[in-house]
Amino acid sequence: MNKQNKVAHPYIPNTVPQVQAEMLREIGAQTLDELFDGIPEELHYKKVMNIPKALSEYELRRYMEGILEKNINTKEYLNFLGAGCWNHYVPAVCDEVNQRAEFLTAYAGDPYEDHGRYQALFEYQSLMAELVDMDVVNVPTFDWAQAAATSIRMSSRITGRKEVLLPKTISPDRLKVIKNYCSPDIECILVDYEEDSGQINLKDLEEKLSANTAAVYFENPSYLGFVETQGKKISKLAKSYEAITIVGVDPSSLGVLAPPSQYGADIVCGDLQPLGMHMNFGGGQSGFIATHDDLKIVQEYPSRLFGIAPTVVEGEYGFGDVLYDRTSFAKREKGKESVGTQTALWGITAGVYLSLLGPNGMYELGKSIMQKSQYAMGRLGNIPNVVASRFESTNFKEFVVDFTHTGRTVKEINKFLLDNGIFGGKDLSEEFPELGQCSLFCITEIHSKEDIDRLVSTIQQCLDSIRNEERNGVHAKN
Amino acid sequence: MQKINRDHKVRNYHQAKWDEPIIFELHNSGERGITLPQVEEEIVNHVGDGVSAIPVEMVRRKAPKLPEISQNRVLRHYLRLSQETLGAAFNVEIGQGTCTMKYSPKINEAFASSPKMTELHPLQDVSTVQGMLEVMYKLDLCMREISGMDYFSFQPGSGTQSLFTMASIVRAYHEENGEGEQRDEIITTSFSHPSAAATAAVKGYKIITLQPDEDGFPDLEELKAVVSERTAGFVVANPEDTGIYNHRIKEFTKIVHEAGGICYYDQANANGLLGITRAKEAGFDMCFFNLHKTFSTPHACGGPATGALGVLNKLKEFLPGPIVENQDDQYILNDKLKHSIGKVRSFQGVPQTVLRAYAWVRALGAEGLKDVAQIAVLNNNYLYHKILTIRGASAPYIKGKRLEQVRYSWEQLTKETGVTTDDVSRRMADFAHHYWSSHHPFIVPEPFTLEPTESYSKADLDEYIASLTQISNEAYANPEIVKNAPHNSTIHRVDEQDYFENPDKWAITWRMYLKKTKKTQEINS
Repeated sequence: MNKQNKVAHPYIPNTVPQVQAEMLREIGAQTLDELFDGIPEELHYKKVMNIPKALSEYELRRYMEGILEKNINTKEYLNFLGAGCWNHYVPAVCDEVNQRAEFLTAYAGDPYEDHGRYQALFEYQSLMAELVDMDVVNVPTFDWAQAAATSIRMSSRITGRKEVLLPKTISPDRLKVIKNYCSPDIECILVDYEEDSGQINLKDLEEKLSANTAAVYFENPSYLGFVETQGKKISKLAKSYEAITIVGVDPSSLGVLAPPSQYGADIVCGDLQPLGMHMNFGGGQSGFIATHDDLKIVQEYPSRLFGIAPTVVEGEYGFGDVLYDRTSFAKREKGKESVGTQTALWGITAGVYLSLLGPNGMYELGKSIMQKSQYAMGRLGNIPNVVASRFESTNFKEFVVDFTHTGRTVKEINKFLLDNGIFGGKDLSEEFPELGQCSLFCITEIHSKEDIDRLVSTIQQCLDSIRNEERNGVHAKN
Repeated sequence: MQKINRDHKVRNYHQAKWDEPIIFELHNSGERGITLPQVEEEIVNHVGDGVSAIPVEMVRRKAPKLPEISQNRVLRHYLRLSQETLGAAFNVEIGQGTCTMKYSPKINEAFASSPKMTELHPLQDVSTVQGMLEVMYKLDLCMREISGMDYFSFQPGSGTQSLFTMASIVRAYHEENGEGEQRDEIITTSFSHPSAAATAAVKGYKIITLQPDEDGFPDLEELKAVVSERTAGFVVANPEDTGIYNHRIKEFTKIVHEAGGICYYDQANANGLLGITRAKEAGFDMCFFNLHKTFSTPHACGGPATGALGVLNKLKEFLPGPIVENQDDQYILNDKLKHSIGKVRSFQGVPQTVLRAYAWVRALGAEGLKDVAQIAVLNNNYLYHKILTIRGASAPYIKGKRLEQVRYSWEQLTKETGVTTDDVSRRMADFAHHYWSSHHPFIVPEPFTLEPTESYSKADLDEYIASLTQISNEAYANPEIVKNAPHNSTIHRVDEQDYFENPDKWAITWRMYLKKTKKTQEINS
């Protein structure tokens, strides 16, 4: 097909040949190729890229939906996976707001084009501040891991120290992000946990605390689902060494669990994903950082912080960047870490979620998660040789189930569950080999009694099948 | 009825203004926005209220002071705020240079919001996510064609995070070769993006910034003078934000390689290069593309997003894991990379962005991708030609053609009228346009950076040009109208300095605003 007959591409209006000719004439060029004269001849790519030819919208839809059809989602299979990404209900209003073209396609406008975006993010900061009981919240960063890593770097700058203490029960993947982000100048030192309860070993913590400690970081609930109840003691110990206390939280717990400010946190961080974001195969993660309104802390944020201010007209709210000169936008390598595109739309969505739930909704959310997960733990723990939970502590949403004494590996059990339309818990046997055959299960407000009962009876069947095999003298393969 | 007169291209516009209170002011005790699933009686019978299990020191004593609002009112509030936001879908969004604000095709939202995407847990067994892994794998193959790189990771969540990942790989690479301590400098250029320098500094590097020569090219002699056995890497955008392609780029990368450094390419400005020229041939070891810029996925008020990171084979083992591979016709996640830097983001990054970007590539094909580059550059040169006819505007550096964007200057306008680029920015809002000045520091005086992309028609560009022309005319005839802008926006000029720099007055949250206002009132009374 010659150029004259080429059909204009729907995404590119000026593929119309007559328009191109007119524009070329206007700028005094003969051909499109001429526009690339600034690129040396030897760097011109002469081949045609090996990329399939264009699809029409219908063809594209059919092709893409065909690929997506190969996925099996958590509506089709019953899901008990959590481990940092949680299956909560997403209210329809959250989707409606974040799919609005105004928000979806906005980017970096000033308050004069994007007043609504500024207000929505200021409100997100404000709503989140109430939930975590802190005065300052940032425009969101990438995820919990990044929020924790930045909190650690902030602590290091505030204290001038280069060590951070973290619990051994931290998510290994989160630790990988933190370690890479903090290297080469900040050392991550892990603190032991109590074997029976999972709680931080205070003796080990005290031994590792020193005048080099910038911060003590711990989580509530922990990666392994239990509530760390020694918050006050930990922050007191940290303070005795003039170190900063950072607490990572799952915000869905904060309707019922005490906010970390009440047990001494200087910095609170965590993930917004449970507050209105679909799991999106991990693409719903979004990190927050919250602190007190203290100049020496506020000036260490790398993130944007939107503030409220009057305009020249009485009765209008205006917004803008607080201490913009902190940021790498203003100061390049002399700014605090770096800032750029992160997860602002999820911040707006979390604001919508908190507005919908309100204080009572957040309490009921926490309460129903506690009830349902306790029920699940009780039922699973009643299966012979199964221990639920592995740790003698209070749990929120997630808990460790120990299958070590069942004669089956977590891998085998998960395979059986998968064959029966269930995504079982996260296999911990590689991440925490000292726990044996343990699995991390997640129960949220979306799980019904029937769902939990089905999980329990399927695991029971799985374990019965091995007993039957043994009885019949058949040895399970693998 | 008379037709709307569009001969005068400047738009007769006023942004929505709803006088919408802060959400806390909508509180009405007892109202609910949503209720939660019931907890079955049998469960309650088994476990009671659940919360009694919480140790006393961990009980939340005071409920969070969140507002109580009915669903309809919450929705209305946020819809009104959305109307007070000028999304790229609504305007001729060419004023945010370097950010490639192109059309985000609507069909791709259908894929991104499909439950087959949204309802996937990242730790599901790989046999149940073959579709998503196929998308990631196939987009990787396309990116290899576009860049010449050997392998892509989609884990980084933005260009900034991708630059950080590359700086991390540079460090790991030299440490592996026993040169980690010795190589402590990274070289960049002043027209590369701020994140290039900032992220390398986070990884502990000393930053050396090359200045432009009189034509706007990074200074080759300066590079020769600073490169040494201490050079760990060289990071550069090309074209830089001036839209000028550094024609000696191969010499730059050669000099850095000869000194033992790694060359990594900030391809945030790649929109004029697709199918035209590639990172590999220019001598780069790594590059990244913003899927939310060049590959059309929506900017989402600033993320979620993806900075797709490509490397040559020699650096593959340093990538953050896991990576997607194809083994016996099955897609797998390989987390056994020998020198992996670890991770930079949870799970597999932002897969819904990868999904949209793949759909965009398939809607264009090889030929369409090249059309993107050619038309983006045509549009830019047309715009460039026209802007230079506006009184008070100029484009520093070489006079020849530019690629996909240009950094302009209002230096003359400011000198002659007192109207600054910030004033122009606010006035553009009156005509439904977004206009951005530039990254700091302002090397070009009173700068503005326009990038028209391939998405806008000649008529669209003419409208933007007409608005700038009118503002220039106003600046010479009646500068106050520009200085006092905006007039047609949701709000008027913000009282900036004191409220954003003074700790006694700034309010980053509503509770802080209430506390500080109360304090001021007490002092005053």
